[in-house]
Amino acid sequence: MIGILRTIWLVFLHAFQKRITVQYPEQKPYLAPRYRGRIVLSRDPDGGERCVACNLCAVACPVDCIALQATEDANGRRYPEFFRINFSRCIFCGFCEEACPTYAIQLTPDFEMGEFHRKNLVYEKEDLMIDGPGKYPDYNFWRVAGVQIGGKDKGQAAHEARPVDVRSLLP
Amino acid sequence: MTSPYPILSILGIVIGALTIAAFLIWVERRLLALWQDRYGPNRAGPFGLLQVAADAIKMFMKEDWIPPFADKPVFILAPAIVFVTVLMSFAVVPVAPGIIVSDLNIGLLFFLGMSSLGVYSIVLAGWSSDNKYALIGGLRAAAQMLSYEVFMGLSLMGVVLLAGSFSLPAIVAAQMKIWFVIPQLPGFVLFLIAGLAETRRIPFDLPEAESELVAGYHSEYSGMKFGMFFVGEYMGITLISSMIAVLFFGGWLGPVLPGVIWFLIKTFAFISFFVLLRAALPRPRFDQLMSWGWKIMLPLALANMLVTGAAVLIWGNR
Repeated sequence: MIGILRTIWLVFLHAFQKRITVQYPEQKPYLAPRYRGRIVLSRDPDGGERCVACNLCAVACPVDCIALQATEDANGRRYPEFFRINFSRCIFCGFCEEACPTYAIQLTPDFEMGEFHRKNLVYEKEDLMIDGPGKYPDYNFWRVAGVQIGGKDKGQAAHEARPVDVRSLLP
Repeated sequence: MTSPYPILSILGIVIGALTIAAFLIWVERRLLALWQDRYGPNRAGPFGLLQVAADAIKMFMKEDWIPPFADKPVFILAPAIVFVTVLMSFAVVPVAPGIIVSDLNIGLLFFLGMSSLGVYSIVLAGWSSDNKYALIGGLRAAAQMLSYEVFMGLSLMGVVLLAGSFSLPAIVAAQMKIWFVIPQLPGFVLFLIAGLAETRRIPFDLPEAESELVAGYHSEYSGMKFGMFFVGEYMGITLISSMIAVLFFGGWLGPVLPGVIWFLIKTFAFISFFVLLRAALPRPRFDQLMSWGWKIMLPLALANMLVTGAAVLIWGNR
């Protein structure tokens, strides 16, 4: 009996406590920098596309929501001809970001992607591309990779030695 | 003491009761939220007040479905009964001197009779739905009403003895010197508990019991028939709260403010208390409910009546 009265009194005291509700549209919740939200494709510091269309993200995706087609430009740089993410299937697991060898695909702290038509949740490459390097401002894949492309021969990448001339005996 | 403008007071009480019942949907949700550290509905209109309109529109727009296996006439009649009986009870509630629909000399008995009739609504709804959960809910309602109706009447006999009348305005007038809650504290507590059981509110919502019986007696109801049960329940809360105010807290009596305001303040205080109980207390088991009613409350009510009767015999009812 005393317990019941005490319960009622303690619940009544909650009238004077702070309410914990976040009034969402006016009051945004704090999202951590590594929050897994809307997926973007980032660019190198020099403005080129980072994505090399290796398909690893599409393979890693557990719900198969990423589709892309690889192609090459005049310089021999691989890039995706189209890159499509169906956000109505995406579960924001972040496996694509982990799989990406070039830091191209990244998840961002943004979840406000509501649409009235499901079709509008299919994002094409121009919807996904951002102008900056995202979370890795100094990383430039083509500058550190040992791949030969137009304007960068073998051995010219950062921290890379010149290729060995097998016909020469000089050290 | 009949009203000088009977039609006006009838209209006022009916419209007032319905409006209060409708806004209780909002009041209850806001108060529950307050005690659970939330906000509750605060989007539709100022303070979410238009939530009532939104709910009403939703209720009316929903499909009013009658299951093919239901007993159709009874199924349709059941929600009307709860509504009618509660509204009938409001006829004897004295809001202020002169503002009363009918000053019956047996007003209290009329109230008790009408509120007992309300259980037919629940039992018939449970029976006509032809659904096992609804039937269990209806049976529970029948057993619960039976056990709580008995001491509900007995708990009020102390008030009747002190006032010397069954007429509600006379009972209020008899509280000029002292509110009956002080000499009749056990009677007040008993009536409060019985009133909770009568309105099927949360510590005693066994006929409904969402966690066990889907929605109990109104599992099969939809649309405005379901809405009728709800408005009936809220009007029941208003009725019991106003009866507590009238019988134990001096109804319209109070300093400075006009009688109607005092009556509304007291009624609203008890409505809020009912909501607080809902926020605080869990639902007892069914056998606990029954044995609590028959083995504790009934003897207490009888003892209270006997002691009050003896006191009135010795000292007279002042």
